[in-house]
Amino acid sequence: MNDNETTAHGESGALAPAGGDGALETRSTTELDRFENPGLPPHVHRAADDDPKAAKRAEKQVATLFGLSMLSTLVFLVGYFAIHDDWVFFFPGLGQAKTLNVVLGLSLGFALFFIGIGAVHWAKTLMSDEEVVEERHPLGSSEVERAKAVKVVTDGGESAQINRRPLLKYSLGGALGLFALPFVLQVAGSLGPGNVEELKETLWDPKYNDGKPIRLFRDPERTPIKLSDVTLGSVFHVMPETMEKVYEEGKHVLEQKAKAAVILIRLNPDDIKVQKAKDWGVDGTVAYSKICTHVGCAVGLYEQQTHHLLCPCHQSTFDLTEDCAVIFGPAKRALPQLKITVDDEGYLVAPQGFKEPVGPSFWERAR
Amino acid sequence: MSTINADRPADALRAGDRQADQERAESKPLGGIAGWLDDRTGAAKGMSFVLKKVFPDHWSFMLGEIAMYSMIICLLTGAFLTFWFVPSASPVVYDGSYIPLQGVTVSDAYRSTLDISFDIRGGLLIRQIHHWAALVFCVAILVHMGRVFFTGAFRKPREINWVIGSILSMLAIVEGFAGYSLPDDLLSGTGLRAAEGFMRSIPIIGSYVSYFVFGGAFPGEAIIPRLYAVHVLLLPAILVGLFTAHILLVFLHKHTQYPGPGKTNNNVVGFPMMPVYIAKAGGFFFIVFGVIALISALVTINPIWGYGPYDPSPVTAGSQPDWYMGFADGALRLLPGFLEFTAFGYTFSFNVMIGAILLIPIMYTLIGVYPFFEAWVTGDKREHHLLDRPRNNPTRTGIGVAAMTFYIVLFFASGNDLMAIKLHLSINDLTRLFQLLIFVGPPLAFWITKRICLSLQRADRQKVLHGRETGVIWRYPDGRFEEIHAPLTPQERWVLVQHESPEPLVITAETDANGVESPIARKERLRAKLSHFYFKDRVAPPTPSELEAAHHHGDHGVETHEPEAIEAGGAPARETIKADRQN
Repeated sequence: MNDNETTAHGESGALAPAGGDGALETRSTTELDRFENPGLPPHVHRAADDDPKAAKRAEKQVATLFGLSMLSTLVFLVGYFAIHDDWVFFFPGLGQAKTLNVVLGLSLGFALFFIGIGAVHWAKTLMSDEEVVEERHPLGSSEVERAKAVKVVTDGGESAQINRRPLLKYSLGGALGLFALPFVLQVAGSLGPGNVEELKETLWDPKYNDGKPIRLFRDPERTPIKLSDVTLGSVFHVMPETMEKVYEEGKHVLEQKAKAAVILIRLNPDDIKVQKAKDWGVDGTVAYSKICTHVGCAVGLYEQQTHHLLCPCHQSTFDLTEDCAVIFGPAKRALPQLKITVDDEGYLVAPQGFKEPVGPSFWERAR
Repeated sequence: MSTINADRPADALRAGDRQADQERAESKPLGGIAGWLDDRTGAAKGMSFVLKKVFPDHWSFMLGEIAMYSMIICLLTGAFLTFWFVPSASPVVYDGSYIPLQGVTVSDAYRSTLDISFDIRGGLLIRQIHHWAALVFCVAILVHMGRVFFTGAFRKPREINWVIGSILSMLAIVEGFAGYSLPDDLLSGTGLRAAEGFMRSIPIIGSYVSYFVFGGAFPGEAIIPRLYAVHVLLLPAILVGLFTAHILLVFLHKHTQYPGPGKTNNNVVGFPMMPVYIAKAGGFFFIVFGVIALISALVTINPIWGYGPYDPSPVTAGSQPDWYMGFADGALRLLPGFLEFTAFGYTFSFNVMIGAILLIPIMYTLIGVYPFFEAWVTGDKREHHLLDRPRNNPTRTGIGVAAMTFYIVLFFASGNDLMAIKLHLSINDLTRLFQLLIFVGPPLAFWITKRICLSLQRADRQKVLHGRETGVIWRYPDGRFEEIHAPLTPQERWVLVQHESPEPLVITAETDANGVESPIARKERLRAKLSHFYFKDRVAPPTPSELEAAHHHGDHGVETHEPEAIEAGGAPARETIKADRQN
């Protein structure tokens, strides 16, 4: 296909500039009635082109810039050895700054910068600024060249007998089409275990504590919480007692934390509008998953006056009085609530774990 | 060499080669290392071709250079960082010189990044240069892309390079995000946490994608080494490969140039590589590097020691990604929650997937396809080496500004929390405003831009036909005032009149002579409509006959009504003004 032809005009239904044939004629006359390219404007000499003094001046300026670069490099070398790691100083407008970083950075920066503007100044003052015109030629090869290329390919194919022996063509195609599969399979099959059912489980499940209720532990102090510790309006960042075993083993600490994080808050029981939320708490003390149901950031911002929990990543806002339902932002689902009670010793415990998967949504979530 | 054949009769045939001999005699022989190399590679031919290459001058052509240089700076400083960075999520107890974190269990990646920042002399500087250069890289690519788009530099024969550039632009973002995540600090870890949430939103395979990428449950210990391999090996190789193709195509196509006197579609007017562009472009590398080093000396970037090591349970307010990810984050903030639903027991999270998984590929596909779309609409299959002035293609410029507006709204949406805090506004109102702007902004921007372009074109027309305003007011004996217009020189005028102004394509005949509906017409109807959309509001460039007419009859003002007055009194009046000024 020849790319250089435009849509054929005159053919019925083809596209043409407005007015059909008449317009085509107008267009050609407009082409005649056009301004001529006046050609390059006369060249204007620079000071350094005609005046040896100006040229000498430019030379000195360029050399000075290169000299400043060398000086800056020296500063870097001296600074690297002379400046102590602990030195800090006050940089006006920027505040406290690490001396080593500032000195090394400024000296390196100027060493490079002065080379740059020296070279550019040289180009602008002393190198020829007579414009050079280079002709362009159409990029496509000539018809002869194209024909030659086609011939080389067809001759080659002929010599390889690819057209005469279709069996070869198809078996080669099959082999080339399939050989990538082992590589794809190796990487896709071996990248990671796929036991995604894990996503639905947290360490709050009593099965991780021999079926007994799990105490709520302060994080990072790792101490159990008494109901009496939780005063009205206070907020606790909570991890399950079962995390202790994980800490001991030292394995999958973050993976478990990423699902088990819980926020514990005491509200006035009358403020809680949902009966289930009230029942799953103790005297207005309620626990909710701290992992956002949007994309999984920690829902870390609690507004005491409005009882709103806000996720700092994408501003999903959950209302504690409404069982942590989403009242604003991109999340859809409420934060899952963790049922809590008080054990014999007065510590807060979670008797049943989460009743739905925590964290961001996923395909199998509701199954 | 020539002595052996000196007396052969064929010498007569070589009479024409004398000039070459002479040139050889005048220039220095290629000896030493260069000669040795050329004997083995024949590089001299290519060298002289490259060194004689002409490049046109314009500030906007330096934008791509900034991208190129900041990429090289990233490669250089990145190689330095690999000497000390340990890509491992294994927990270690920090015992370096940053006192607040001593004794804290952190990942090896975080520890080694702290060491680079505090215990390796000059390490912080290299780290900051690397990060700043990456940020500059992403800005420069975007602005360069804008320049290429608005000047129509993507047109034939440069469509391939536009596609390569779009891929580069997208990969640069991914590369940036991969690198940003490596130090395993609280902020970047939160970014990865979100990325894990994004992956989960993919229907059917989402949870598996997440488990495969992270090697099991999030965060795991696999992601840091995997990201490291992607960041220092896989993506840089692809980036450098595509970039090489990008720059080779620029050489092959010869650089585009802005229209101007003496510049045509068949030439390049500028300065040769040797020496001018070696000095200017080479010097510019040092300028870019120098400026980035200066910024890195003075402005802290990504102070990971302040964020602390990654832990999935805490998070800080004002968590934001690096700027180039801002638009995607903004999209996530604007997408409403009701886009998530459960059907047949499966969960569809379109509130996440549209912004996090689909946005970037769709955006870059639209960008990559645009040149082909425009070429199809205009039916223009010629090569274009002269750039458009953005005003001369109002529809394209409008589309570009609309796209920019879309991007900018998303970008600002990702700062809704900071804006709310700093400006004491309601975050809810701000989010609603951005949700509205994402729909209203782009069409409005398109319309305004197009109107501005058309006005600028009309202003150009006026300027050509009536001359340049001199600022000199001329008072007539009857009390009227008139500003003197000076005619343009042919060179000044050329820039304003050189462009083509295509007319919309229309269907020549809906039916043929016998009244049968044309099948071609049916197919081409959409194209005709789009062509109409592109070119219906054309402002034709002035023609010599229009200029002639304007001179003789004039359109308005004095020239129309009292030509004699000018003939008679014009010149002396001007003389008087001049005389007045001198006094």
